[in-house]
Amino acid sequence: MRNPLADKVVEIKPSGIRKFFDIVSEMKDAISLGVGEPDFDTPWHIRDEGIYSLEKGRTFYTSNAGLKELKEEICHYIKRKQGVTYDPKDEVLVTVGGSEAIDIGLRAMLNPGEEVLIPQPSYVSYEPCVVLAGGVPVIIELKGENEFRLTAQELEDAITDKTKVLILPFPNNPTGAIMERKDLEAIAEVIRKHDIFVMSDEIYAELTYKEKHVSIVEIEGMQERTVLINGFSKSYAMTGWRLGYACGPRAIIEQMVKIHQFAIMCAPTTSQYAAVEALRNGDDDVKQMRTAYNQRRRYLMSAFKEMGLECFEPFGAFYVFPCIKEFGMTSDEFASRFLEEEKVAVVPGTAFGDCGEGYLRISYAYSLENLKIAIGKLAAFVERLRAEKRA
Amino acid sequence: MREELLAIVERNSRIDLKELAVILGVEEIDVVNELAALESEGIICGYHTMIDWEKTSIEKVSALIEVRVTPQRGQGFDNIAERIYKYPEVTSVYLISGGYDLLVTLEGKSLKQISGFVSDKLSTLDSVLSTATHFILKKYKDHGTILTKKYEDTREKVTP
Repeated sequence: MRNPLADKVVEIKPSGIRKFFDIVSEMKDAISLGVGEPDFDTPWHIRDEGIYSLEKGRTFYTSNAGLKELKEEICHYIKRKQGVTYDPKDEVLVTVGGSEAIDIGLRAMLNPGEEVLIPQPSYVSYEPCVVLAGGVPVIIELKGENEFRLTAQELEDAITDKTKVLILPFPNNPTGAIMERKDLEAIAEVIRKHDIFVMSDEIYAELTYKEKHVSIVEIEGMQERTVLINGFSKSYAMTGWRLGYACGPRAIIEQMVKIHQFAIMCAPTTSQYAAVEALRNGDDDVKQMRTAYNQRRRYLMSAFKEMGLECFEPFGAFYVFPCIKEFGMTSDEFASRFLEEEKVAVVPGTAFGDCGEGYLRISYAYSLENLKIAIGKLAAFVERLRAEKRA
Repeated sequence: MREELLAIVERNSRIDLKELAVILGVEEIDVVNELAALESEGIICGYHTMIDWEKTSIEKVSALIEVRVTPQRGQGFDNIAERIYKYPEVTSVYLISGGYDLLVTLEGKSLKQISGFVSDKLSTLDSVLSTATHFILKKYKDHGTILTKKYEDTREKVTP
């Protein structure tokens, strides 16, 4: 029989997280700090609206690009938050999670061989999606000393005449890094100069703990060359509803809608009705969750300081990214031993790119009580490693 | 800080001061001062413990009583409310808008004790026009805490 598989797909490495998932799933009493989704349930009024839509028999396809009310609410929301205007008619597409928007956005924009700049450490799907879209991923290794922000120089150095798109993953998973207005202005100059496009994944936009999130589309001349991606998963604790969206220039959205209509048809109808409610009446829920995350974030920073574990202060998402280089182990070794000896799962930084070596991703999408137990174990483990090193 | 501090201690009054300072991102002394101020201003009125008595072997009965009263000239409902809240078995008294005036919650050892209180003490007060007593059969949620179910983390253990 012939090989039924496509080389391009077979060559994609499986996610580095998989290995830990398999071990942890089999350990009965393991504590996990490895989850990339909120610990809150979707607020009840949002769930209720989803249920109500089912009761009313709203069980059909919506139009390809999404429910009209939802697209309008999305535009209001972005206007309210970012002060930028999009036309709900043809500059918005409702997708199956932010993930779909990343995938089809790249497919809509890339010709074979065109390069996409991917700052890492970052979410695991950019690189494979670029490959599947026929593009060439070019990694920009972000640095701890810059608090994992992307600098204009790093960007400038990575651009070639084949560069087409920059992926901008901030607030960042796994580092928790954010880009502030001055950071964005600096890179925007380079972007305009080289006439490249931006795919800005702002799924954690609501979760910043310093100033209000600034989007690249707020910077002069950037809206016209940016596909802005956001969704409901992180801000409204709606991961399982699988709902996201892309906003961008008409010409790009039009082609994305084309792919979406043939590959997906439309995003889940129930989720879309629930999302309308989230945007209309969900501000307080977001605020409450943000406050809780911020308390946990402060707790972790203080705990790391106490145990002498190096960690820059992250101001976004719900992750901290401590440095473990002092122990002379790889991230993978550290995470494996920590899991084996203390039964606590964390994700090695290398799962998000090679330059995550020497770091761990710790999620604080857990109650303070659970965090305290797990961090107590981390402190004990760190002490033991230091004692071993001295001996 | 005030609003956030109140929200935290309302849910967990046993949280220690050092931890409070850490999660609020302020100094411990500031937390101490703020709590003292909140207490002296009468904003924090007490630190209670939520107990689900159902799960103990101790017998307790609670009831909600709707009370219709005649307000008094110059005093409104205050005098009659005071007459009622002075009884130790009364756990709360609220002035309510709508079909009746006062909502009184009551805790007693038995149905008999509560009905005795209503018929002997409450109903006989001069300004009380009528009462309607509702016994509580089961508490599902109290003070924002669900009593019937424990939180269970059903998420996948490790996700990107």
